Amino acid sequence: MTKVTMTVNGRSVSGEAEGRTLLSAFLRETLGLTGTHVGCDTSQCGACVVHVDGKSVKSCTMLAMDAEGASVTTIEGMANPDGSLGTLQQAFQDHHGLQCGFCTPGMVMSAAALLAVNPKPTEAEIRHHLEGNICRCTGYHNIVRAVLAASGQDVSALAAE
Amino acid sequence: MYNFDFIKPETLAGAVEALAGEDAQALSGGQTLLPSMKQRLNAPATLVSLTGIAELKGVSGRAGASVTIGAATPHAVVAAEAGAFYPALADLAGGIGDPAVRNRGTIGGSLANNDPSACYPSAALASGATIKTNIREIAADDFFQGMFTTALEPGEIITGVSFPIPEKAAYAKFQQPASRFALAGVFVAKFAGGVRVAVTGASEGGVFRWTEAEAALSANFSPDAIAGMAPPAEGMIGDLHGTPEYRAHLVGVMTRRAVAAAH
Repeated sequence: MTKVTMTVNGRSVSGEAEGRTLLSAFLRETLGLTGTHVGCDTSQCGACVVHVDGKSVKSCTMLAMDAEGASVTTIEGMANPDGSLGTLQQAFQDHHGLQCGFCTPGMVMSAAALLAVNPKPTEAEIRHHLEGNICRCTGYHNIVRAVLAASGQDVSALAAE
Repeated sequence: MYNFDFIKPETLAGAVEALAGEDAQALSGGQTLLPSMKQRLNAPATLVSLTGIAELKGVSGRAGASVTIGAATPHAVVAAEAGAFYPALADLAGGIGDPAVRNRGTIGGSLANNDPSACYPSAALASGATIKTNIREIAADDFFQGMFTTALEPGEIITGVSFPIPEKAAYAKFQQPASRFALAGVFVAKFAGGVRVAVTGASEGGVFRWTEAEAALSANFSPDAIAGMAPPAEGMIGDLHGTPEYRAHLVGVMTRRAVAAAH
């Protein structure tokens, strides 16, 4: 075991990891941050998406030791400092962007990565950007609506479909 | 996944030294290697990460002449930065996997692995790219040697890839709907001296040049020049996603689409 140190949601954290310890396992099992979900564990579903140095990555397909010294943001880092839901999280609640909720952490993290570089994406851009995130409840329509709303755009046209 | 020692050198020399160890394997973005290790198809004793080596990253070039991509440059960076030099290459990079995969996966890793359905090998072969390693330079025509097989020697590391810039080029792929890998992908590059056509996803021999189409397109760079043409079905991949005949047909269609889209 080797000591790994990284910044997670703004706090410096350390823990023991093996070579094979995945970032997703380090976050969940070592740091107790179970908001990051592991769905397929084969880099298909996107439930495990977190940000590493500002870029979205599938944490089930990155080694914890490869994130040594990195700045990591997980779904737990998306809330406001007072603990209330962040803008994207609130939009998912307001627009019923989740059913079972399993894919939601990854959806929110992928959507946040999109809005960071494209603050007013079109519906097509949102759908394209979320192609690596699978919702097995097939609730994509309301997920796209939530992301549109979080970007401050009118969702009434989409809601009518 | 079986356990292994993890080493992350900061210099190319350090990586070369680490890879000289017994059963050591280079790790770039890990978007193929880590899933294959989870399946226990691959179990190296040591993984040597190349992503901490600054000299292996970045996009540089001269407009109209060439663009060079550092081996450890992620697809997302190529998509964002290579377009100024080689738009078709940037388009290809921006269509690999999904956004999170593109933030980790690298051009060097893709070429070294030479997956028969990977996108990058078609761009390198159609462009007549030069693959640079820590010890030599290898022409793309000599680099790809069949499915998952390349000219790389054990311990040899790709450091960068240099692409001559064609007059016109485009990549067209038909995605397998579930995996999104190419059932057939075709990169077409028109140079002053002729047209090169490279096909990925389709052949049991991995990426290959479709010379019959190259000859027709060199005489007349138009989809009509290859109307109705397809490579032989013999040697194409046959699996539950498509027959050899289906893939051969797709190669013809994708080549015509790439020619029509070339810019």
